[in-house]
Amino acid sequence: MNRTRNSAAGAAPSGWTPFRLAEGAPAARTLPTRPDLGPRWLELASLPLLLVLWQVSAAIAQSRFLPGPALVASEIWTLAREGTLVGDFAATLARALAGFVLAMGIGTALGIALGRTVWADRLFAPWVVVGLNIPAIVVGMICYISLGLTDFALILAVVINKVPLVTTMMREGVRALSADHDELAATFRMPRARYLRLILVPQLMPYLLAAARAGLSLVWKMVLVFEVLGSDGGVGFRVGLYFQLFDMQGILAYTCCFVAVILALEYGVLRPIEGRVLRWRKDRT
Amino acid sequence: MAQGPDLILRIDRLDPGGGGRPLFQGLRLQVPPGQVVALIGPSGVGKTTLLRVLSGAERRWQGEVKVGGLPAAEAPVPGYVFQDARLLPWLSAEDNLRAVAPGLSSDRIAELLREVGLSGQETAWPHALSGGMQRRLALARALSVHPRLLLLDEPFVSLDRAMVRDLQTLFLKVFSDFEPTVVMVSHDPEDAARMADRAIVLNGRPARIVADVTLPGRRGLRSAQDIARLAADLAEAGAPADAAT
Repeated sequence: MNRTRNSAAGAAPSGWTPFRLAEGAPAARTLPTRPDLGPRWLELASLPLLLVLWQVSAAIAQSRFLPGPALVASEIWTLAREGTLVGDFAATLARALAGFVLAMGIGTALGIALGRTVWADRLFAPWVVVGLNIPAIVVGMICYISLGLTDFALILAVVINKVPLVTTMMREGVRALSADHDELAATFRMPRARYLRLILVPQLMPYLLAAARAGLSLVWKMVLVFEVLGSDGGVGFRVGLYFQLFDMQGILAYTCCFVAVILALEYGVLRPIEGRVLRWRKDRT
Repeated sequence: MAQGPDLILRIDRLDPGGGGRPLFQGLRLQVPPGQVVALIGPSGVGKTTLLRVLSGAERRWQGEVKVGGLPAAEAPVPGYVFQDARLLPWLSAEDNLRAVAPGLSSDRIAELLREVGLSGQETAWPHALSGGMQRRLALARALSVHPRLLLLDEPFVSLDRAMVRDLQTLFLKVFSDFEPTVVMVSHDPEDAARMADRAIVLNGRPARIVADVTLPGRRGLRSAQDIARLAADLAEAGAPADAAT
């Protein structure tokens, strides 16, 4: 090892013959320090490429069932000026946010409890499996029939559907907690609050973020479905109306806005949080 | 002039599994202040468990353990260096020190890092440090609590020989500079012969002290021949024979 260093520095000790590769032997390769993610422009070009493909498809199809991006954009502008777009999105966002926050809170608490307590996990794990596998639409119907077509029923249905997923992910996070770090905390007699802040939460954070990301997309979709099923406002409700009128332009206008909100949340909220919280990881530095 | 013992260990019974054959029974040990004691013995004899008892983290035992006159669990937090560096990977080097000693000033952190040869590494993530540097940081963390008692659990395991020599020199300097009472676990009698004032050899189940030797000469200044001879003697006294070779 020292020999290699000396050789690299160009100061070989006397009487020492440096190693030489045989003719034609492949040169040693340096292992990359981080995976090659490809050029950044690929990510930036991704959505414009989708728009181009959409425009080309619309131009070829020449059908009112596949309006191009320009037509959809003008529809969005009209809806925004009328005020329905903002009102519908506000209603849907409020429901999704309430469902998301409640489901994350309850699911995290249950996941930690099941991960920490063997008997509780034995008793309730089958419930979680049942919860994971009941179709969301069935839960929505049951809640609407039992509680009426109310926001409370809608949010409850979202929470019931989402909690098992968060519980499962957080339970896995708790199971993966390092006993070594617990021992470190015990040895240095860390107070409970410091243990939670410096040892427990950082270990659970990747699982929490994964649950949040998976949960957010799930919550959005469920809220929309339940709004179609029974609601007097919101994106799902409006898309349901457009469906009855076979108005593809209106459906796509709402869908595009919906996608824009999701992308804003992903790149404006989730990724910055993830980047900050997980900045210590080897693959990010 | 005569000082009382800094560490009093009297374990009547310790049975971590519960109801089985105890790990320790009737173990007695006294250590004066500033002494460096090496605990050696075969794997599984209970060396690490004994350190946990001394740190106050292990409580399933009967008897009496006092550090500086106080029960172990109530005594000031000891410095502890684990077998692995056991750093918190999501905290920078300085925050790893603050995790166990929240009141540390930036100046004190810089001083501790300088002491262990990590000057300027305050903001480094643990994964960016080499294995040897991580052990140094673990030592700085142990020192950050101003330990009266420093517990070292095989601090040189899984390191190459050159790194072990480097770290041993550093530890010896720390022993002289900070003068803590040290209990160092090792499976290698050579570590004891090089670094300790006293070696205690454990063996059997329940474990008992099969040798308690005050090592001649000053720690860190013994010749290679003396170290080899002492290590052989300790190995013969009950340490694992393969570790002495």
